Amino acid sequence: MPQTTSFSVSRRVTRFRPVAATMLVAMMLTVGMAAPSRAAAQAQPPGVSLSTRYVAGQKTSLIVLPVKGANGDSVSTMLSRDFDYSDRFNLVSTSSAPVVNGPPNYALFSKLGVDGIVQPTLLPSGWVRVALHDVSKKAVLNSKDFPLPSPALSPAWRSAMHGVSDAVEEWITGQRGIAQTRIAFTRGGRVWIVDSDRANVTPATPSGMSPQWLLGGRGLVYSVLDGVRNPIMMTDLGTGSQRTLASSSGIEHSSPAVSPDGRTVVYARGSDTGTDLYAMPIEGGASRRITVGRGRASTQPTFSPDGQRIAFMSDRSGHPEVYISDLDGTNVELLTAAAFGDRDYRAGPDWSPDGRLVAFQSRNGGTFQIMTINLRDQSVKFVTNDGRNDDPSWAPDSRHIVFSSTRSGTRQLWIVDTETGRSRQLTFGSEARLSAWSPRLLSQ
Amino acid sequence: MMRVSRLTLVLASTTLVLGACRKKPVVAPQTEAPPAVAQQPTRPANTTPAARDTMEEYRTKLAATRARLLETIYFEYDADELRDDAKSNLDSKLSVLNANPAVKIRIAGHCDERGSDEYNIALGRRRSEAAKRYLTDRGIDASRIETASFGRERPAVQGTSEEAWSRNRRDEFEIIAGGDQLRAQ
Repeated sequence: MPQTTSFSVSRRVTRFRPVAATMLVAMMLTVGMAAPSRAAAQAQPPGVSLSTRYVAGQKTSLIVLPVKGANGDSVSTMLSRDFDYSDRFNLVSTSSAPVVNGPPNYALFSKLGVDGIVQPTLLPSGWVRVALHDVSKKAVLNSKDFPLPSPALSPAWRSAMHGVSDAVEEWITGQRGIAQTRIAFTRGGRVWIVDSDRANVTPATPSGMSPQWLLGGRGLVYSVLDGVRNPIMMTDLGTGSQRTLASSSGIEHSSPAVSPDGRTVVYARGSDTGTDLYAMPIEGGASRRITVGRGRASTQPTFSPDGQRIAFMSDRSGHPEVYISDLDGTNVELLTAAAFGDRDYRAGPDWSPDGRLVAFQSRNGGTFQIMTINLRDQSVKFVTNDGRNDDPSWAPDSRHIVFSSTRSGTRQLWIVDTETGRSRQLTFGSEARLSAWSPRLLSQ
Repeated sequence: MMRVSRLTLVLASTTLVLGACRKKPVVAPQTEAPPAVAQQPTRPANTTPAARDTMEEYRTKLAATRARLLETIYFEYDADELRDDAKSNLDSKLSVLNANPAVKIRIAGHCDERGSDEYNIALGRRRSEAAKRYLTDRGIDASRIETASFGRERPAVQGTSEEAWSRNRRDEFEIIAGGDQLRAQ
């Protein structure tokens, strides 16, 4: 349900009515992304408090003031970019800000169409103070000092700065942002990690593919297709240590998923009896079989947020579709079917952290697009329409999705905002694929 | 690339035969080659032209036998059904395997880059199992055939054309035991 925010929006939403709002959101989504008509039924008031502004077609306008001192430019640039990438705000360029000495001249900012002023100040202690001004109230809405690790501009400093962005976003929208997250992906036969703003592209494992995050982003589980024991591996990102979870000769272990409580890993096991899902304790121990495909394949598991169910892809019906079952393999339901033709191809499911949606890839007219399906009413929605798109993974905000796409030539990672359809390229260079968006990272 | 690798295999197998003859003359009685020929590399001067011709013929036959056993078979897109050309290829592998009970092989299934990367690992597995089943259904002991999948992770040919894709949807064959005792057919 839309809530009003403490941040004043009276100028724009004096006559806000929820029903009309829902329809308008649906229209925006449909027009923007050539979605099927079913999308209209599925649209919901997005977000928490900012939904009213999407309806008006106008997001909250923010400006980040220039910051004095060494690295001041980096501070304002990073904050502006993070707010922009959140897809919840319109950013007014820092360079067009009126000079501020003492209290801002709110009337000047109002003329620029600015709703909120973000005023960072680098403190002698190395901390950063951030004040958020509400232009229409002509007052400081919130102010806080944030610690920043030294040296400035280091990965840890940048991560802390993303944390500042996320906190300010929460002041305004009621929801913490996702700037302080990372994305793991597969490139050149090993796993890499990149920050959400595409900085710090770093190799994370000596080999492997299909990474999945451990709780708090402390490590990764991934698979290695070496042609020998094809193990599921786990790495601790703090120490760099590697541990084997599942491994045996002549078997392919692939496509791992970590349960929300971090205690169970589900993976696909390929042998002469087919490819089936198995579950094992992450601390080690016997694997328990989940699916019995009798030569057909079940793979690509993803957990529901409560850890009680899994979605996965299977070709048990003769072609790949997405199914849902309990963690022991019972109560199987076909999730993707009604809306599609017989010989098509659905794969790569990823369950949204809020539990509402499952994203997947669907072959339509020969090429794959990313879609979402609403678990309540089965309504589906396209979130891509350009190039070949694979392997979606949700951000912790259940709104952004990272996936691989050929739209710029070589397969690269892209991020799309499922609510506006806006997308941006995350990786450049040689082929990048099979990605996983981290959960919110534990304190850096 | 495929052609190069196959040529390499032929060369490698020829080298193996020569190596076997040179280092292990005891192997010779197990082959159909006359004993005199087996000693040919160490005493070429004493070998008659006729014996040399027989040796050459045998080497050629052995290389062809090995190549037949190792020849890659191909699949249609998103399919693990054996095509007719794959079946006749497997029929000729069948006769090699029947004549060489000590030989064990590994079949590795591969996919093209299309489709889901992770599902392709399962599809590659089914492709190798399809070839194995064809052979075991016709009497080859299952313990002589290992299977594996590399999904789309090890393409034979780079590229995004149907030509490249069709070369990548394949089963590759490898001798994992008894290769030094292979008898020509």
